[in-house]
Amino acid sequence: MKYAGLLVMPAGFFLSIAALVLFADPIERSVFVLCGLLVELLGLGVAVRGHMLARGESRP
Amino acid sequence: MNPTTSSAMSDSVFALTFALLLLAPLAIAGVALINAGLGRSRSAAQALLGSLAIVAVTAIVFALVGSAFAGSLPGGAGHTFHLAGKPWNWLGTGPFLLSGLGSAPVQSQLVLVFEFLAVALAAIIPWGSGADRWRLTAGCATAAVLAAFVFPLAAHWIWGGGWLSQLAVNFGTSGGEAAGFLDPGGAGTVHVLGGLSALAVIWIAGPRRGKFPKEGFSTAMPGHNAVYVLFGCLVSLAGWIAWNSAGAILWLNAPLAALPQTAINTLLSASAALAATFTVTRIRFGKPDASLCANGWMSGLVTSSACAALVSPIVAIFAGMVAGILTPLLVELLELALSVDDPSGAISVHAAAGLWGLLAAGIFSHRPGQFVAQVVGIATLLGVFFPLVYLLFRLLNRVVPFRVDPDGERIGMDLHELGGGAYPEFVIHRDESYR
Repeated sequence: MKYAGLLVMPAGFFLSIAALVLFADPIERSVFVLCGLLVELLGLGVAVRGHMLARGESRP
Repeated sequence: MNPTTSSAMSDSVFALTFALLLLAPLAIAGVALINAGLGRSRSAAQALLGSLAIVAVTAIVFALVGSAFAGSLPGGAGHTFHLAGKPWNWLGTGPFLLSGLGSAPVQSQLVLVFEFLAVALAAIIPWGSGADRWRLTAGCATAAVLAAFVFPLAAHWIWGGGWLSQLAVNFGTSGGEAAGFLDPGGAGTVHVLGGLSALAVIWIAGPRRGKFPKEGFSTAMPGHNAVYVLFGCLVSLAGWIAWNSAGAILWLNAPLAALPQTAINTLLSASAALAATFTVTRIRFGKPDASLCANGWMSGLVTSSACAALVSPIVAIFAGMVAGILTPLLVELLELALSVDDPSGAISVHAAAGLWGLLAAGIFSHRPGQFVAQVVGIATLLGVFFPLVYLLFRLLNRVVPFRVDPDGERIGMDLHELGGGAYPEFVIHRDESYR
């Protein structure tokens, strides 16, 4: 689960980069770039959750 | 933010920038003191020796390899690929082993000094987060990885004419002002990178033994010397003012008349952050918490790294205040809700405050389109550098195990790794968590 989250983070980055290439309008570009950042935060959240689950299983 | 494209530097500006860079190591000294003070007494010598060793390792590795990838010295246009009709400069092509340093333009030499200090600071940030369980050898190995490849990549993209610094030219993100992603004081290149590296280290090394018992709340493990921590904050202030002023000259080509405001904004941001953390901890705990107030002060300094040279004093106060409110709450959230054992608070202080500072610079700098450029920079730091650092550290952990063995953790890192403690005349208390 942690690795899935870590893989989602670069996907969000590529979404932000795609916004730069695809959109010329500043507002559309801003919204799309922010969506990319949100995807990254989602990935980080999944990675944190995965880490917590793994920690819970291995606590002394 | 490509210094090589700017006009030649006058002698007086060169002398001032060099003098500022001579003061900038105080920031490293401050962070090292804070790291040592927030750890346990039985690991204090290892903590400070580790900081020193990391500075040494980063200096050597960056000189041999990293400076070439960062493109610090003139040596070519950089490795570029073309995508969607735009050039993407992704890696520097400077000379290895610092060859040609003596004959390089003076501005490039100053840039190199700045980057030497920046990589050292970036590498000692995670050292504090791994306190009391992270082996010295592993700390030096991660510093070498950061200095050889990760930091140079970030420095080239942001400072060295890489694609992030060329966003305005290639995509018109900054309304015609050829700026791109702005990070004059190293909030992203140094602090966010260091803070995210700290998270990777904490995940790999795990928490200190007894920190999170199977049942009940996490165990409080306060730092052993609040005096080191608070004095480190004061030392850091001097270093940060010099650092932000030098960064403004090197990366923004700021005129000398703009430097006093940069220095004042740095102080204001830290002061507002301290006042906010003081208030928050007083409300939450009844009394202000010394170590959290230190974290708040540092988060204000980190925020100022991104925006002190770009915003007005009132905005610097606001940005610092937000950082000071968020820091203690985030420290608590990470420890109590997310089971992240971060003794120095690097994730909150360096990563989160750095990200906030970069965002604040985009919102309040009043440059058209700067917000998009800053968000793309933030997305790059989170989406590229964090997974990259985690992957590299995970692989490194297989070669050089990060975590000390349980016996070493029990007797303390000083005795285990150095054979002697930092305070040989003091009685070290037994750790109740090992019962």
